[in-house]
Amino acid sequence: MLRNWTQRVTLTDIIVWALGILILIGVIWGSIVTLNTGKYSTSTWIDLTITGLALGGVYALIALGYTLVYGILRMINFAHSEVFMSGPFTATFAAQALIALGWWNTYPILSLVIVMLVSAAVSASIAILLERIAYRPLRHAPRLVPLITAIGASFFLQYTFRGLYGSGLKPFPDMEIFSGFWLIGTVRIFKTQAVAILGAFIMMLVLYTIVQRTKIGKAMRSVSEDKEVAALMGINVDRVITTTFALGGISAGIAGILYLLLFPVAHFFMGFFPGLKAFTAAVLGGIGNVPGAFLGAMVLGLLESVGPSLFLDGLGIPAPNQLKDAIAFTILVFILIFRPSGLLGERLTQAKA
Amino acid sequence: METNTSFSWKEFVKAGLLGGAVAVLLSLVGMVAAFSGRYIVSGVFTMGQVLFIAPILLSTYAALRRNRQLTNSNLFMAGLLSGLVGSAILALLVLIGSMVNLRAMLINASPELYGILTFGRGTGLGIVILLGLGLLIGAAAAGFLLLPDRIRHALTQAIIWVLLIGLLRDLIVTVSFRWGPLSSIVRQLFAVSGLTIIGALILFLLVGGVSYWRWGRPKRDAAESFNQQRPAARWLTIGITGLILLFLPLILGTFFSEILDNVSMYILMGLGLNIVVGFAGLLDLGYVAFFAIGAYTIGILTSPELGIATMSWWEALPFALLASFLAGFVLGLPVLKMRGDYLAIVTLGFGEIVRLLVLSDWLRPWLGGSQGIQRIAQPSIGPLVLNTQQELYYLFLIGLGLVAFIAWRLKDSRLGRSWMALREDEDVAMAMGINHVSTKLLAFATGALFSGLAGAIFAAKLTSVYPHSMNFLVSINVLSLIIIGGMGSIPGVFIGALVLIAAPDLLREFAEFRYLVYGALLVVMMLTRPEGLWPEKRRQLELHEEEPAVVPAAD
Amino acid sequence: MTLLVAKNVTKRFGGLVALNKIDIEMKDNAIQSIIGPNGAGKTTFFNCVTGFYTPEEGDILLGEHNITGLSPDRVTQLGISRTYQNIRLFKNMTSVENILVGMHPHLKAGLIGGIFRGPLTRKEEAEALKEARRILNFVGLKGRGDMMAKNLPYGEQRRLEIGRALASKPKLLLLDEPTAGMNPSETHEMMNFIRHLRDELGVTILLIEHQMRVVMGISELISVLDFGEKIAEGTPVEIQNNPHVIEAYLGRGAASGLVQAAA
Repeated sequence: MLRNWTQRVTLTDIIVWALGILILIGVIWGSIVTLNTGKYSTSTWIDLTITGLALGGVYALIALGYTLVYGILRMINFAHSEVFMSGPFTATFAAQALIALGWWNTYPILSLVIVMLVSAAVSASIAILLERIAYRPLRHAPRLVPLITAIGASFFLQYTFRGLYGSGLKPFPDMEIFSGFWLIGTVRIFKTQAVAILGAFIMMLVLYTIVQRTKIGKAMRSVSEDKEVAALMGINVDRVITTTFALGGISAGIAGILYLLLFPVAHFFMGFFPGLKAFTAAVLGGIGNVPGAFLGAMVLGLLESVGPSLFLDGLGIPAPNQLKDAIAFTILVFILIFRPSGLLGERLTQAKA
Repeated sequence: METNTSFSWKEFVKAGLLGGAVAVLLSLVGMVAAFSGRYIVSGVFTMGQVLFIAPILLSTYAALRRNRQLTNSNLFMAGLLSGLVGSAILALLVLIGSMVNLRAMLINASPELYGILTFGRGTGLGIVILLGLGLLIGAAAAGFLLLPDRIRHALTQAIIWVLLIGLLRDLIVTVSFRWGPLSSIVRQLFAVSGLTIIGALILFLLVGGVSYWRWGRPKRDAAESFNQQRPAARWLTIGITGLILLFLPLILGTFFSEILDNVSMYILMGLGLNIVVGFAGLLDLGYVAFFAIGAYTIGILTSPELGIATMSWWEALPFALLASFLAGFVLGLPVLKMRGDYLAIVTLGFGEIVRLLVLSDWLRPWLGGSQGIQRIAQPSIGPLVLNTQQELYYLFLIGLGLVAFIAWRLKDSRLGRSWMALREDEDVAMAMGINHVSTKLLAFATGALFSGLAGAIFAAKLTSVYPHSMNFLVSINVLSLIIIGGMGSIPGVFIGALVLIAAPDLLREFAEFRYLVYGALLVVMMLTRPEGLWPEKRRQLELHEEEPAVVPAAD
Repeated sequence: MTLLVAKNVTKRFGGLVALNKIDIEMKDNAIQSIIGPNGAGKTTFFNCVTGFYTPEEGDILLGEHNITGLSPDRVTQLGISRTYQNIRLFKNMTSVENILVGMHPHLKAGLIGGIFRGPLTRKEEAEALKEARRILNFVGLKGRGDMMAKNLPYGEQRRLEIGRALASKPKLLLLDEPTAGMNPSETHEMMNFIRHLRDELGVTILLIEHQMRVVMGISELISVLDFGEKIAEGTPVEIQNNPHVIEAYLGRGAASGLVQAAA
């Protein structure tokens, strides 16, 4: 109702809205200027779009871990970025071993599968351990407590892996079959990017099917609705939660390998930014919502890759790529202000909250 | 009740596995090797050895304690089992390491590490020694449990103090050199690294004896006994503490004064963040942003490099404070309607945005880009320019005193109560007539102001600011220290800063593992003692008469 | 004089109509109750009155103020305060502090006053503390003031919550199941206490209650909600004999209390 609405509007709202509109105008203005100058060719835009999609695919798989855990425990697993880091960081050693065996380029697909399995296994184990040791005892604690635990766990894991594997960069070897690009019509697409997009898409489908169609998926959904009732129905809640963490870990581990195809170096800090962005993606799509995570990640990937050239450049900002991370965080802030339920998320009604 | 003559061996195997796993982890992340150069008791044992023995010992002891009802012989059996399992895991690491080159993957699985774990006796004999040590650890844990409480307490105290004093050898020796007669005694007690055997024995007997003698006396915690002192005695305590603080840089000398400055700066920030997180319950992970704003405002306004303004430090200070306060307000506006966990992530995002903006070429003409800003003015009082670590300490001390006073006053004010009410239950607080947005904003902005002050002094201390010193880890340092000290507790901030900030500075080996330990501490703390080392105390209001408002003049 | 008027209040959650055109009026100095089976919309009504929900339709008036859609803190400042079905104290604050927080709207000290503690602030705090002790005595918690709220026994927590609500000097006090979880003698005590509140302090009281003995014993007027509709209103005797009410309760097999009370 209009009357109620006007009564509730505060100065805060006005300032925030003004800020939002200002940024929106900036984005539109910048885009128009860039497009008018014609500084970038069509093929550049296509390249950027494909890069964005590949990035988005990786974010989507990581975002899934946030979303699944949030759906069930209503907590942000802040340490998920380290779950993501642990797998691929470890897998670089598997890759080195495969090179030593001479399999890397002779059986590339098999090698890639092995590396992915290693990565997924490590990430999933870390996720399970994390839940078991750090989160399970705190399930009924006040909200801040598990969050702080998660932050602590995140740093512990980061620096533990730094201690174990060293602080140096671990290169992920190139694969001959994935070097270069394919031409689809006139569109040039790097093979690694194609693999990343395809891999993310397949993984997403598999996980969506698991959540929607299988028995364990059903159990997960019922636990996320109401833990007590689910327990009364004979569902082993602990096991469902463990499975959820494991699924999130597996998907993060595979995302890690796809990420290494795009950016072929691993290090202990590699989880921080992708993790934060995947979280943004999950919020953007509506946290707790699996297709939402996919959509949010794609949108974020695109904005991050196209955005700097599209609107920051047009605003006359030099070296706009330096600010691509800032774009992601700005989106996060504004989504949380204007539509905390995200693009696809159900609106958490007050009655339910 | 059934008689517990038998025991479930599984639990003790588990305890051994846990202890062993932690010991292996500490070995493989490099802590054992890093600390193996640091003797606790010179020529006898090192901190490195403590690091792989203690986990097994503690885990065994904890398991035994849970099963106190077992017969003595069973307790010993259980202890031996757990200790053996724990050491067997370490032995396994040595064995595997001697056959396979783990180093290709685990950079710390070096011959040096194996040497430490086997006490330099080679793989075969070393493993035997290790297993024997495990049995010894188990027996010690069981024996320790069976001691009378009084002796056990005295022993624990003695061991803790020997470890602590042994670790702090450098600090004590350096400081004592400045006090002639003291240094000759100290030289007897300390070796080149750690305590001498005689020193350790004296310390052990002294601490053990004192705590044995004091056993059974009613324990009062420091805050309580402070409050129970008569006003005169209380003033005396305050006066003595003040004097010590005043002369601390002279006592400590240049090198340790730098550490002191560092600790003071973090206390300053901690007191500010404690208002936001501890009082109002808003988890702010982007606290460094306000620190950066304070430091950069000073930089912009005083450095001749950018050619924007060349104020003196004091002239620029109000602007720095205002800028950070306003930034807290403006950043607070949109985020404060969010729920706790979203707030954490969004503030983290803000912190990163500030860092990225500062780093960008876009704002380089005003903020200096990745080069930062140099030639920042230092504060001067009359003709005296505060430019040494010792002099700057006083600046920190004044800031700190002011901020601690404000925090202490606010805690027990109407505003402080509103913050705590919001922290406890936001809906109900609103139903009590508290405007949640403006109240939270005040917390956020006050916290930001204190951080800005710390940033301003920091800029003067380094005479330069760089984007790299404005990273997320600063926020994490501050957050860790207030959580470990005790959320909402003002003395907790001091304790937290002493433990978390001074320790890595005093023990060089520790610096590398700083965040690993912080992370572990945060987790362990939340699991076992979420209220922190020095928990927040609520003021007694009903039974005490109104306190004769003892107000130290706020100057 | 009428103190509270709720006219035509409707609240929906998505497709669910939690309150449908509810009319409730309260006279000054009255004790009234809202009853109804679980999920009838009683607490939702409380939330609408206290500003936590904004009803989609209808108006709520307190005296001459239209309080529809005001934020909770404004509503409290205008003179409504409440307790909760599942006690919601500030658990890690002492009893006195809980009461002091309740007095928030009547105190003035802000950031500056809190830091400098000038004579005005000090006087205000001292008086507030005195008043808080008085309230503690009034709700029978003398000597419990420095205990953490979470450490109080259940019955005392209930009374502290009422004390906190009284601290804002409300004209209208909303009590959400004040006798939940109490044994018969505690319940009896609470009933006397509620009457005492009205008689001593002149507070108007609106109750949500499940125990029919309480409702029938102290209410002057009872409104019955079922599925968000007001199905009956009247004095205790009228309600006991109202066929709609009996059906609403019996239909769900939760009528034992009512039948006993009626018998």
